[in-house]
Amino acid sequence: MTDTNIVAAKSRGRSLVLTTAIAAGAVLMVLPFYWLLIATTYDAKEIFSTPPHFLPGTAFVDNFVGLFRDTLFGRAMVNSVLVSATYTVLGLVVCTAAGYAFAKFRFRGQGFLFGAVLVTLALPSQVTLVPLFQIMVSLGWLDSYQALILPNLALPFGIFLMRQTMYAIPDEMIQAARIDGANEFRVFAGIVVPTIRPAIAALAIFLFLAQWNDFVYPLVVLRTPESYTVPVALASLQGIGTTDYGQLLMGTMLSMLPVLILFLFLQRHFVAGILAGAVKQ
Amino acid sequence: MTTALKTPVPTRAEKAQAPKRRRSSAGYPRITPYLFLLPMILLFVGFKLYPYISAFWLSLTKNVGGDVQFAGLANYTRLLQDPLFFTALGNTGIILLVQVPIMLVLAILLAVAFNSAILKWRAFWRTSYFVPIVMGLVAYGILFRALLNTNEGFVNYLIGFIGIGPIPWLGDPMWAKVSIVIAMTWHYTGQNAIIYLAQMQSIGGELYEAAHVDGASAFQRFWHVTLPGLRPAIVLTVILSTIGTLQLFDEPYVLTNGGPDNATLTVGMYLYQNGFKYFDFGYASAIGYALTIIIGVISLIQLRLFKEKS
Repeated sequence: MTDTNIVAAKSRGRSLVLTTAIAAGAVLMVLPFYWLLIATTYDAKEIFSTPPHFLPGTAFVDNFVGLFRDTLFGRAMVNSVLVSATYTVLGLVVCTAAGYAFAKFRFRGQGFLFGAVLVTLALPSQVTLVPLFQIMVSLGWLDSYQALILPNLALPFGIFLMRQTMYAIPDEMIQAARIDGANEFRVFAGIVVPTIRPAIAALAIFLFLAQWNDFVYPLVVLRTPESYTVPVALASLQGIGTTDYGQLLMGTMLSMLPVLILFLFLQRHFVAGILAGAVKQ
Repeated sequence: MTTALKTPVPTRAEKAQAPKRRRSSAGYPRITPYLFLLPMILLFVGFKLYPYISAFWLSLTKNVGGDVQFAGLANYTRLLQDPLFFTALGNTGIILLVQVPIMLVLAILLAVAFNSAILKWRAFWRTSYFVPIVMGLVAYGILFRALLNTNEGFVNYLIGFIGIGPIPWLGDPMWAKVSIVIAMTWHYTGQNAIIYLAQMQSIGGELYEAAHVDGASAFQRFWHVTLPGLRPAIVLTVILSTIGTLQLFDEPYVLTNGGPDNATLTVGMYLYQNGFKYFDFGYASAIGYALTIIIGVISLIQLRLFKEKS
């Protein structure tokens, strides 16, 4: 064997070891999903059988129909989709507008205002749970969509991200548009926003996920099952003494659906969105 | 072009011989930036600033028979003597000190593997490790609660094959904490690995070549080139994971409901219980401010430590 052959064989061996180790880890990561998928196809009594099932059963339709018939999960899905979509659109407007002001204008109070935005990034949001609950009570907004949507629209992280991204747009470009007679809104909507489309897509995914998965705040301001979002509905299903695990796990699986769809269609932006908001919820 | 002449502002700026930035800042009405900021400011004042101030005021009050009374620091002195608060703080601290290092070390190793040319089908594996992110916190809590069931759980069935007896995952104070650590590690490791991978790809290849020429081993290259290059990402993930874990709520709420015997009660859960189970708003707010102070102090210490090392 020549030297190069030995080196090649050695690196082939290493490649095999590394790939096997990573594959074993990947199985551990994916196995819970596989179990969940299988579990949704069995009757509640059979899900926890020993030995466990590895192949699908026949109760998928029963669990699916039962979930929507016996619980308000369908309503929760509708609530969650409406609230998350509205929140995403409005949140984009608020965050990009504020980011634009911070990035491309000089004005009095700028440093102070931006400092305030940054400080709230590190403050625990749980501090505001009680006052937000009181605000919603006094406005008569318990159980309402606006109670879910409004408080987190001015997301400090989103404002920060938009400001950073807009810094990269050359001032000359904006100046040129102004000289051509575009008003400030046209500059913003026609030049700035289209230029940073990838960052906006990433923020949109981040906003949608944050709202879709939010739990403790909705748990506090939603009082009736008709207004529950998906996470609150799932938690309440689990809490019922006679939990039907077939239905509960079906709901758990369905709760991933919108996120999976986002992931499949917007994979590149999805990763960027997660990276951008590398924060535990 | 004629429209530009209509605005008197550029002429004024020219007269002042202002530097370029000043002139561009004079190219719009003074009120414009405030109009763009208006929605943010209104929402911020109404739903952030006011609640923070209100929570502080509440933390100084007591509800006596439906009547809110000023109570000075009574809630805070009660906090300092409350064993359950310190149990919650201790639990949160243990989970933080165990879970965050395990997760971040695993994530760094994963990122090195993902970045390595000798790993086959890299894109496929990356997605597999990343996919737990698609599950919301409540959903994966429910899933792990089912998987970690002591008598009928899938996990105990699997480890039975390698001769490990059934572990009372959620029913034992120590194992309940381990369960939360396992669940969180499953959920967040891939996400952190992707952050490290992104940072790694910005480390210049010439640094590795130079190290290679100097005869550095793979481990030496990792230690002297990769790790220093990852510094900004490591600082970010350590601080964000710390802030996130200190506010831990969803996982223990769904997986163990704080049990058994308060072994997984976290500060966030304790705040929620006092606020919305006992409706003791004053005490809950005091817990919130205690949490704020703890997070502030730990973040400052971490920033300090990272700065001194460089």
